[in-house]
Amino acid sequence: MIPAPFDYVRAGSAGEAIAALAEHGDDAKLLAGGMSLLPLMKLRLATPTVLVDVGRVRDLSYVRDAGDHLAVGALTRHRDLETSDVLAAHCAPLRTVASEVGDNQVRHRGTIGGSVSHGDPASDLPALLLALDATFVVQGPGGERTVAAAEFFRGFLETALEPDELMTEIRVPKSRGAGFSYQKFQRRAQDWAIVGAMAVRNGDTRVALVNMGATPLRAVAVEEALAGGASMAEAAERAGEGTEPSGDINATPEYREHLARVLVRRALEAASA
Amino acid sequence: MRIGTTVNGQAHEHDVEPRLLLVQYLREVVGLTGTKIGCDTSSCGACTVLVDGESVKSCTMLAAQADGSEITTIEGLADGDELHPVQAAFHESHALQCGFCTAGMVMATVSLLDEIPSPTERDVRLGLEGNLCRCTGYHNIVKAVLAAAGTSR
Repeated sequence: MIPAPFDYVRAGSAGEAIAALAEHGDDAKLLAGGMSLLPLMKLRLATPTVLVDVGRVRDLSYVRDAGDHLAVGALTRHRDLETSDVLAAHCAPLRTVASEVGDNQVRHRGTIGGSVSHGDPASDLPALLLALDATFVVQGPGGERTVAAAEFFRGFLETALEPDELMTEIRVPKSRGAGFSYQKFQRRAQDWAIVGAMAVRNGDTRVALVNMGATPLRAVAVEEALAGGASMAEAAERAGEGTEPSGDINATPEYREHLARVLVRRALEAASA
Repeated sequence: MRIGTTVNGQAHEHDVEPRLLLVQYLREVVGLTGTKIGCDTSSCGACTVLVDGESVKSCTMLAAQADGSEITTIEGLADGDELHPVQAAFHESHALQCGFCTAGMVMATVSLLDEIPSPTERDVRLGLEGNLCRCTGYHNIVKAVLAAAGTSR
């Protein structure tokens, strides 16, 4: 399978990438690791006529302690997240979830900003960043703006990013010592989650769902039930509320809701252990 | 566009289409057919090669993205007639039947052992999750990797 023809532009900096996007408009797509975009292009589900390769913008690859939060460069690879000492000390859930993405080969290429910008509800990292209340820094021709994770995911593969914008940084609150669990249900080890559920317990309890609708979701009903004093088992029964899972070869919508209830309970229990 | 690579220690320069995939570049332009195209959807790992020392699936990378990189394929492992330790371990442990996945398995193993020199069995099984074998049931592949790492009992 071979992608449709395109012109290739290699950007040496964020500024060059934004200038190239401005020049080529809607026909251009950013290429980071390519782990999501290239498969779509090979299937010709995506046919950009210009690819702007930001894969070598090295100064957007970092994990820094920024005082009250962690700053993660958008082009930091999953491999660099899963081996980061800064994350081990201040945000172990991000390190853990990065290690669950795809397989070694995918983690050697794929980037956190690429995964988030792609906006796939079946991806692992977007749901965690939603649960952690992360903030995304994006740059466009008019300068820089920040978007809260809760405002970022708009629909299936649709985000708050404008076509002429580049994500540059992900800001994650520190969550040292948080209880955490990610329950990922899949047929083969490297597959996307059929359903995933994650729980972060750090004072309050946040619960996020993977592949239970057009976007990554917070399990709001579960969180409210827990805050209202419900047991973990009772709260988990409400995991399907507010979701709109699709049906496919792996699961019907009803089965996905069942999985969500079971996986949320397991995630809550494991995060409390 | 013009790209330059070093494949198995040898420098190459070619004019390529931007949409040329790395696996096609290696097989059809450089002429090294040891790297296999299996699923062509980045699931099976048969096309695994090393780019700057790290395993990647060459069916899901553009040749243009590898411009300036050092690439190692299965042909680059042996030293003359002497097999690379990972190749020798696959041979000794009967870690293949049809052999189609083997080039990718071996390259993924070389990268894995570079990152985890003394893996546990679990490390090996997780580390090779991106490579599918339909013949062996994986047991002998895991044995081979542990043997290559010198951690086999």
